[in-house]
Order: sequence, then C-alpha cells, then structure tokens
Amino acid sequence: MASDLKRQSPLGTYLEHCAKGELAYQVRTDTGEPVFYPRAVAPGTGSTDLEWRVSKGLGTVYTTTVVHHRGEPPLNVAMIALDEGFRMMSRVEGIDPAQVRIGMRVKVNIHPGDEKQPPYPVFTPVEGGV
Amino acid sequence: MSGLQRGSVAAVGAAESDLGQVAPGTSPLDLMAQATIRALEDCGLALKDVDGLFVAATQVRMGPLALAEYLGIKPKYFDGTQVGGSSFMSHVAHAQAAIQLGLCEVAVIAHGSTQRSVSRALASPREYNPYETPYRPILPISAYAMVAARHMHQYGTTREHLAEVAVAARQWALMNPKAWEKEPLTIEQALGARMVSDPFTVRDCCLVVDGGGAIVLTSAARARSLKNKPAYVLGVGTALSHASISSMPDFTVTAASESGPKAFGMAKLKPSDVNMLSLYDAFTITPILFLEDLGFCPKGEGGRFVANGNIAPGGKLAVNTSGGGLSYCHPGMYGLLVMIEAIRQVRGECGERQVDGCDVALAHGNGGVLSSQCTVIFGSQATL
Repeated sequence: MASDLKRQSPLGTYLEHCAKGELAYQVRTDTGEPVFYPRAVAPGTGSTDLEWRVSKGLGTVYTTTVVHHRGEPPLNVAMIALDEGFRMMSRVEGIDPAQVRIGMRVKVNIHPGDEKQPPYPVFTPVEGGV
Repeated sequence: MSGLQRGSVAAVGAAESDLGQVAPGTSPLDLMAQATIRALEDCGLALKDVDGLFVAATQVRMGPLALAEYLGIKPKYFDGTQVGGSSFMSHVAHAQAAIQLGLCEVAVIAHGSTQRSVSRALASPREYNPYETPYRPILPISAYAMVAARHMHQYGTTREHLAEVAVAARQWALMNPKAWEKEPLTIEQALGARMVSDPFTVRDCCLVVDGGGAIVLTSAARARSLKNKPAYVLGVGTALSHASISSMPDFTVTAASESGPKAFGMAKLKPSDVNMLSLYDAFTITPILFLEDLGFCPKGEGGRFVANGNIAPGGKLAVNTSGGGLSYCHPGMYGLLVMIEAIRQVRGECGERQVDGCDVALAHGNGGVLSSQCTVIFGSQATL
C-alpha cells in the first residue's frame, strides 16, 4: 500500500526498481493517470489508491541544457517526457551534451551509481529515432 | 483576493541596507535592522510604532523571531512566509489583511542577505532531491536555463533577445548611483560571456551580492498623516505553482498568469494603465515570461517585445529602472528591492531614471524556480 510508510517508502520502492534495472512510476487506480515523483498520496485527490508500474522507458526530450561545472567537462541535464505521460529530470548520455535536441527520442537505462549514489535512470538516443 | 480593499494600505517608508559587499562578520540581521531603521526614518515613524513584522531570509531560519529580538520589539502580528524571492509581495498581501482587520497598524517587511560575503552555496544550501540532485543541475540556474530553452524552441526566442534584457538592465543601472554595475554592456559582450548552463552566460544571470531592505506599510488614513507621498496598494495577487522544476506544468507559462489577473482585478486596472514595471529579473528569461504572463504582450512574443531596446531607457516601456537583479542588486531573495523601486517611482524620487507621470507601478515577484509568483500594484493618490 502506498500509504504504509512504516513498511516501505515511495522512494524505497522506486530505488528497488532502479536496482533491478527498471524505471518505475505510479498510476492512480481510478483513472490510470500517471504520478511522478513517487508519493504516498495522489496529487489532486489525496487518494492512497496508487499502483506501481514499470515504464517501457521510451520518451522524448522536452527541454535540455548543458551544465558547465567549474573545471569539469560539460554535462547534459534534460527533462524527459516519458510515453506513459509523466516527466522527469535526467541526463542524456552517449552523445555530446550540446547535441541533445528537444524532440529527440530517447530510451532509459539505469546508471549503476556509486558508493554515494544508488542506481538512477539516465537516457540514450534511440537509434534512428526523431 | 476577495476581502482586500483597493487602496486600504500604503507603503510609506522604503529603504535599502548597505548593498553589494559588506564588512566581514556583518550578519543578515544587521542589514535587516539597518534597513528597518532607515525605512522608519524615511516615513517619520519609530520602532515603538511597529506592531507587525514580516521577515524572510535564506540564512535566518526563524526570521520574525530573530529580527524582533534584534530590534527589541514584540509585534502583535508576525509572519515568516517563505516561498522564495516573491515572499515579500505575499507579505504585503498578508499585512494588508492584518491591517484591514485591525490586527496591526504599522507593518515592517524586511530582508537581508550576505550571500556574497559567505558564498551563495552557504547562504542558500539546496535540499537533496533524489529525483533531481543525482543529475547535478546547477540550481537554480539550470532550471531557468531549461525554461529558456523550451521557450526558444516553442516560440523562436533567441539568445539575442535574452541579451537585450541584460543590456537594458545595464543601461538603467548606469543611472542608479546605488547599482553594483558601473560599466556599459553590449549585446556582443553579453553573448560572448562565460557560458554557465546553456543558453545562459554569466550575463544572463542575476548578481550574487550582499543586500537588504525594508518597507513600512500602514493604513491609508495613517499614511496620509505622514510626510511622504503614499504608494497605495491598489492590487495584490499571489500564486503557488510547484516546488521543484521537474513539476513545473508547462515550461513556457508561469503562474504570473494567475497572480497578475488577480492583482489587476483588485486594482481595477489593465496593463495599459501601468507606467512602470518592476519585474523580478533573476535571469534574462524571467522578464520575457512575465511580460507575456502579466498581459503586456501575447504568449510567445516576449522575446520580440524586448528587442531593439524596447524596455531600455528611451524605449516604449520602462522596466526595471533600478537596473534590476541583473545590474543593480540581487541579494538572493530580491522581491523586496523590486518593490522599493516601484514605490520610489510612484513617489517621483528616481531622479535621472524617473518615469514621467508615474502613477501606477507594478512590482512582480518570483520565487524558487518560477515556483511562486506574486504581484503588487502600487498607485499614487491620483489613482484612488
């Protein structure tokens, strides 16, 4: 149950899915509307009738920027609109950060993270996709 | 906002603290206190007259408590609403309600920041967000940069349009003795500056400086007994939109599209009635968005609207005559200074940068990552 916070947190479930290589999100059981970021209650209604789903991981770049941290190579940060109807911040990899374009089709893969950061979703351009 | 009466309160005192770079060890509270006393002297009131206190600052967790202690006052009414840089506009709305209900009579709204002296990272530490922090955006810059990128994609806004906002701000700043920037700026210089988070260079971003300010609000009747020309609060509107940028519903529309109509509705005015605009310029994209969302140009036309010096001195619309957050001062939460310039314009105190016949000045505040939007419309006696 999304609301039993002594047993599991929304973030905890999300991270469990990331560890399995999956991007997970919630939907409202009454309308099927997606909910992201994961929550204990649905926004708008406050309903606790939320179900977890695994995303197919396909989406489109909604917007993008190239971040210049001092003394580091440039980094992509983008907002990805997943086909299931939710949007999330991520990074497009496998391509020059400055080549990422709004409207580009991308697919998720889970970055392994490191000792400080658990696995998290990133995206790569879909071959031949526009 | 039903219940708030057009013109029921007025700003009677307005003052900045010392600005730019203050002495080591200066605290935000030193700046708030300095500004408060200057604002009270400005209107001929004293600390003992103050019975309402409104404070927000990133470096001071319990603003009203800390400033009341520093000033040695015990206000009957206090409020520490913290929604980012627009907080102070919401404080005006809350103070107006309190004054109308007789819960207080003289309200001080104050802010102070030493973000330049202590570093921005220390002054405004970011909360960890598991859905954003791993991607290492530079916040807030990258959030606004992504908004600008979407606006450029959807509406053909260009980097040159963004640079026009920076250049106009600099031209106004050169007429403001208190402004941080003292040198002219060209479009080419703005475009060629160091890139931070594409499409933004350092010139697309507000200053990171120390500063503070205070405004004194009181009832219209009390205001008329004091020495300054009152800047009456004709209309207010506030709106909350989101907290993190990932949750912004549409990256090309801000909640100024809600706060503006509320303020204009209460003021019974339209954009064409406004003589001067003070628009929170955290980044060059924000005046473009607010000009659209407040109704000064159609959605998507903001970039073309600011082209060719349209909002610069000598242009068609006076925007950010102080020089703005981009060239005059931006202490991290800038909304209070946004209102001070609007108040000064209504009073006719802006000297070389005074807008002739400025009866109506609109002050629009932005908080967080376009997260909160609050609008206050000030007017002269002639507008009542």
